Amino acid sequence: MKARVTVTLKSGILDPQGKAIEGALRSLGVEGVASVRQGKVFDLEIAGNNRAQAEGALKAAAEKLLANTVVENYRIELVE
Amino acid sequence: MVWHGDTALPAGTDLVVLPGGFSYGDYLRCGAIAARAPIMDAVRTHAQKGGLVLGVCNGFQILCESGLLPGVLMRNAELKFICKDVHLRVERSDTAFTRGYNAGQVIRVPIAHGEGNYVADDGTIARLEGEGRVLFRYCTADGTLDARSNINGASRAIAGILNDTGKVLGMMPHPENHVEAIMGCTDGRGLFAGLADHFRQAA
Repeated sequence: MKARVTVTLKSGILDPQGKAIEGALRSLGVEGVASVRQGKVFDLEIAGNNRAQAEGALKAAAEKLLANTVVENYRIELVE
Repeated sequence: MVWHGDTALPAGTDLVVLPGGFSYGDYLRCGAIAARAPIMDAVRTHAQKGGLVLGVCNGFQILCESGLLPGVLMRNAELKFICKDVHLRVERSDTAFTRGYNAGQVIRVPIAHGEGNYVADDGTIARLEGEGRVLFRYCTADGTLDARSNINGASRAIAGILNDTGKVLGMMPHPENHVEAIMGCTDGRGLFAGLADHFRQAA
């Protein structure tokens, strides 16, 4: 089964990369973008059909490696 | 030299050094994958038993990712990779790592990093400050702290910290690059000379 883990910075954590992207969008003439924060997307392929097991594995993956929980949040989605 | 895939340190190891570099190409996050290497459990045990650990630059990043030190090293505030000499204020001289210096001494040491911006939550910063665990801060040549000398935007201009037992030091600057006259400066020698004294006295 396919899954997607999205990792984003906790609010309040400085994101200079997001700010740099904001500036670049402005320079490109893209109007009305108030703010940008950059995150990461991981697309995973989980073996088997056991949803509960998959969710457990994904949570472990996120907690132990994909996200640094000091400064990042994560969201897990199982794609049917 | 110890291989990352090993599960034990050599018997009688006094000090584990995690040097600078770009382990795993900084993939995912700096030091994130190396922090999960098999050898790190042995490093953790070594630290728990009172052994010393020194992490420099990528080594500091690995120590934070492995939980041996709190906080995280984020991208430099101005986004650029910075490669230059900076001044550091040595905050304490009563540790194995800094006994070769005087408290308040200013040393000149090179930095070379893109992700050296030390970040931690308010509680952690308060604890680090309160317990005297900030060992080095970025400063001016005369030891003053200001925005300009805090070159990567780190919280409280923190360049190096100790863990709660005082056995593990992580620092972004490279003292090992200023240890011989031919390098143009020997300010980094004090850290290693102090450690050598520490081990001579303990023996």
